[in-house]
Amino acid sequence: MERLEPRSGMRSRERKRLFIGLLFLSPWIFGFLVFQLYPIITSLYYSFTEYNLFTSPQWVGLDNYADMAQDGKMLSSLYNTAFMALFGFFPQLAYALGIALLLNQSVKGLSLYRTIYFLPTLVPAVAGSLLWIWLLNAQYGLVNQMLGAIGLPEPNWLMDENWTKPSLILMGFWGTGTITIMYLAALQEVPRMYYEAASIDGANKWHKFWHITLPAISPMTFFQLIMGLIGSFQYFSQGYVFAESSNQAIGGPGNSILFYAIYLFQNAFMFLKMGYASAMAWILFVIVLLLTLLIFKTSSRWVFYGGEK
Amino acid sequence: MNTASIGRKILPHLLLIIVGLLFLAPFAWLLLTTFKTEDEIFVIPIQWIPKEWIWDNYVNAVSMIPFIKYTWNTVVIALMSVAGVVLLSPLVAYGFSRIQFKGRNLLFILMLSTLMLPMQVTMIPLYVVFNKVNLLNSNWPLVLSAWFGTGMAYNVFLIRQFFNGIPMELTESAKIDGASEFRIYTQIVLPLAKPALLTIGLFTFLAAWGDFQGALIYLNDQETWTLSIGLKQFIRENGVAWGPLMAAATLFTIPIIILYFFVQKKFIEGITITGLK
Repeated sequence: MERLEPRSGMRSRERKRLFIGLLFLSPWIFGFLVFQLYPIITSLYYSFTEYNLFTSPQWVGLDNYADMAQDGKMLSSLYNTAFMALFGFFPQLAYALGIALLLNQSVKGLSLYRTIYFLPTLVPAVAGSLLWIWLLNAQYGLVNQMLGAIGLPEPNWLMDENWTKPSLILMGFWGTGTITIMYLAALQEVPRMYYEAASIDGANKWHKFWHITLPAISPMTFFQLIMGLIGSFQYFSQGYVFAESSNQAIGGPGNSILFYAIYLFQNAFMFLKMGYASAMAWILFVIVLLLTLLIFKTSSRWVFYGGEK
Repeated sequence: MNTASIGRKILPHLLLIIVGLLFLAPFAWLLLTTFKTEDEIFVIPIQWIPKEWIWDNYVNAVSMIPFIKYTWNTVVIALMSVAGVVLLSPLVAYGFSRIQFKGRNLLFILMLSTLMLPMQVTMIPLYVVFNKVNLLNSNWPLVLSAWFGTGMAYNVFLIRQFFNGIPMELTESAKIDGASEFRIYTQIVLPLAKPALLTIGLFTFLAAWGDFQGALIYLNDQETWTLSIGLKQFIRENGVAWGPLMAAATLFTIPIIILYFFVQKKFIEGITITGLK
């Protein structure tokens, strides 16, 4: 009995710490249960039902998932979204790195440049999109006027279904400031002695970039890939505003900018097909999880963590 | 110095200046458009500088649509979001950073993994719930989502990083003196965390200020609209009122830019921390 006392004393102290710990965590626990766990489970349930908000959900088994495979609009929204990830996000990532490398050349006036590249990311998505709709106006827009002045063709950016996605991608380059700043911070952390050592060994600029810089900033690339791909598959505001404001119709010309999240939103809140939209949400979830998993799996081959920190 | 090395010095600058000008051009075009008359807006070839600077577009921007009301709605939602976030997130972060208890790391990993959860998965059930409790067309769905939604994990993570940097001795000695965890939190740790709170406050404000999808889902009654969804009223059947629309977009953006110039360093730090650690 006497021996048990210190142990039970330990236990009660441990229990007290657990209690206090959970007390501090309680806002998150509440948020997790109400704003995440409950919705996740309910959404999975809805995805097997037909539900229009006014009558209670009717169980339809896998029908929603089967319907998706037949739904041309759903498939083209998936294509449009993948297109943006592939031809929008990846070039933008490379471009942001390029600018960060230039800024890292210890140029004078760094903070001025940094501000200029960062400013566009401060513009609210809707305001920025409306500005670009005006810039890309086929007749009076600045972009076409400039292209015309140097004798280049002037595409009908917003009305020609071949040019709508490139329009959005072009605008996306304008908003890469956050990635640039993150890359710049990563570049500034690369130890100088690596480059000095490489110089002694006679490495040229290209070697240094390929064998020192890229591996050293690979954790940042890893982070950007995950966040960027997750973000790409939820691409919404800009596509929605472009279509609504320039064509007065969701999806834009030929549904060329009907993105996955937009079509999902349309199903849920305009067609009130809550069951179908929930099934779409789960497919989105699975895609995001698989992409994340893929990046994690391959990361051991291309992400290098330095010794320090 | 030979020509090649001078070229190497100048080339980065030249590139940065050219790309920088390309980045600034849309801003210049936006601002100049807002001071032009309708005739000057639609003129070919384009004219950069207005012949006569007019303020009409700004007057129309705030009078053609209920601009003041939308601004007020946006401000209220943004400030309420910030208030809850800076109150709740540091509490949770303290629990994750300073109190040792069983299962803490597991819960932390669980919290981080929610960052991957697309909002599309949760938005329909949440909409159904907010509908049932009659909160559609109010600020609450947006504000509560800012407090407790995915943003919370991000904010807690950021502040926890900051708390982890506060030396343990500082809080340990207070504990030996018999101070309760809550007292240590409010009197020692929280006052030190002001810069981190400013950072998450800023990001929350920015997100709430520009939020489009959430407002689109929850605010159908025009009385409750924010600027993000109100701007579409400049787009009319008979064409877009470009002058007033660009003026309204400018007014919508300016508060954020001003905020940025006041707390530039915090901004950059916040962004850097999220990416690096």
